[in-house]
Amino acid sequence: MSAPLTEPIGSADPSSLRLAGATVAYAERPVLEGFDLEVSRGMFTAVIGPNGCGKSTMLKALARTLRPRAGAALLDGRPLAQWRSKAIARRIALLPQDPVVPEGITVKALVARGRHPYHSPWRQWLSGDDEVVAEALRATGVEQIADRPVAGLSGGQRQRVWIAMILAQDTEYVLLDEPTSFLDIAHQIEVLHLCQDMRDQGRTVVAVLHDLNQAARYADHLVVMDAGRIVAEGSPSEVLHAELVAEVFDLQAEIAEDPQSGTPMVIPVRRAGDQVIRS
Amino acid sequence: MPRGSAERASADPVPADPAPADPVRTPGRDDGRRLPRWTALVLAAGLLVVACLASLFLGSRETDLAGVWSVLRGDGEEHLRQVVAARGARTVLGAAVGAALAASGLIIQGVTRNPLGEPGLLGVTSGASAAVVTATAFLGFSGGAGTVWVALPGAFLAVVVVYLLGRPAGTHSVVPLILAGAVISAVLHAYIQAMILTRPDVFESYRHWVVGSLAGASYDALAAVGPALLLGLLLAALVAPGLNTLALGDDVATALGTRVGLLRVGSILAATLLAAAATAAVGPIAFIGLAVPHLVRALVGTDHRWQLPTCLLLGAALLLGSDVVARVIVRPQELMVGVITAFLGAPFLLWAVRRGMVTT
Repeated sequence: MSAPLTEPIGSADPSSLRLAGATVAYAERPVLEGFDLEVSRGMFTAVIGPNGCGKSTMLKALARTLRPRAGAALLDGRPLAQWRSKAIARRIALLPQDPVVPEGITVKALVARGRHPYHSPWRQWLSGDDEVVAEALRATGVEQIADRPVAGLSGGQRQRVWIAMILAQDTEYVLLDEPTSFLDIAHQIEVLHLCQDMRDQGRTVVAVLHDLNQAARYADHLVVMDAGRIVAEGSPSEVLHAELVAEVFDLQAEIAEDPQSGTPMVIPVRRAGDQVIRS
Repeated sequence: MPRGSAERASADPVPADPAPADPVRTPGRDDGRRLPRWTALVLAAGLLVVACLASLFLGSRETDLAGVWSVLRGDGEEHLRQVVAARGARTVLGAAVGAALAASGLIIQGVTRNPLGEPGLLGVTSGASAAVVTATAFLGFSGGAGTVWVALPGAFLAVVVVYLLGRPAGTHSVVPLILAGAVISAVLHAYIQAMILTRPDVFESYRHWVVGSLAGASYDALAAVGPALLLGLLLAALVAPGLNTLALGDDVATALGTRVGLLRVGSILAATLLAAAATAAVGPIAFIGLAVPHLVRALVGTDHRWQLPTCLLLGAALLLGSDVVARVIVRPQELMVGVITAFLGAPFLLWAVRRGMVTT
């Protein structure tokens, strides 16, 4: 698909976030070339694909922490490079894979940093900040630990604190780069629930996920990437087929129905020669 | 209320009454602080007032308090008036230099995310020293009031070279910058060594420069570095909020609307202006730039918007306090304040570290 570079003036719904013909590179090696993607508004989109396929790069281009060499990331049809930095930060939030926790910072102080885009050199504290921060702490269930140092928290608690910071940023678009990695299963599900909560609040959520079953179960929309291209896009039941899993992940699998939700579930086929243990 | 968060909170309960990870920390205080932030700020201001008064009333010459008081009220004998006037200039310059060094250290630590950061890291001190040595050796420069105009460009030149060498290609990493600073400092120090070891006249002049001193402080020196100090201070105030986001990593900072490249350049410029002005005015003074930011973090927590004003007050107070000690400890002689800052500051910092008060 190729999209026009500028939105027609006076279009009915101007809010949009997309990549148009974007070429994004680390050093000299292009990871994405002529990449097009329109973020589905109001949905929880999961981006899946094998390691190194460009998922994180794509997310960083949308959040303009990487600048496209060619093409552009467009917010409301206008290239991000033409926006004021803080104006973008009031619309798009990003939680990268490896944010730094400053030593000694407390949960509340970290979450409060999400308010930065609303401040100016002359107005560093705003009257509504405390309420927004309190609401973010409450929504992520970390209000009880608000005064504790973040460095002493478990991985699951820490991730909730980062999501609280994103909520305090109060943006329409929320981009999360592998938010469930390195968490145990219960905390992974918790983060996915928080993603759904954010969607229910009317935000557009895009998360890079590794677990296909979790992506299919919790997200509304899947973007499947391979080698810097989008291979398939759509609802989980439209997209997740045995052929696709074989092609993209090089895995022979059977697709079953999730007994809880009816969403597709990927079940790897056993290797030839494997013993099946039956009791 | 987000859907379903109540059940999850009960399914995976957050401890209702969490035991603080560090028993020294007082629960209920935001951001690891022991004092409310305004109290800490007022305390630092109080310390500065005390240090200013001590700097006016005490000196290498014994003066009785009543005499100084009468001078301050507008009369008193002529001789004493000159003494107090000199102490006044010394106090103003000392406060400005202490504040500048502390703020410079704070910004360097923030922008490099390096707790060992201090103004010398980017070559300010070695650049100023090398310039003084060069001017003495080749241009017949003999120290004194003109030192400012030699040291200031020297410090700037060194930082510009460090910045150009260490400007990371394509990445936002500050490691190349820190390495370039270390390399340039090492080279300049080797050059200084070579000069002072082979030229006794240069050594004689250099040894008066290399340990900073407020003796002979004048308003002229302050006027010479004043513009650099003020510009540095203004820039410091502008970059401080951005440093709060930079502490979370470059990607988060960008996502929070900080222009990381611009912030980095502005921070380096601010720190250089402040440290170069201070060093040019009184010579290299160790430790203030390293220690004060750590003490300030222990007092007001991790927020640079609070750290900066507290740093200015506490840096000024610590330098003036050290200078008072330098003046009275070997009466009627005096020591150089650069010697005292380390002796006074080191145990203070060590005590704070061991109490677990100091974090990065």
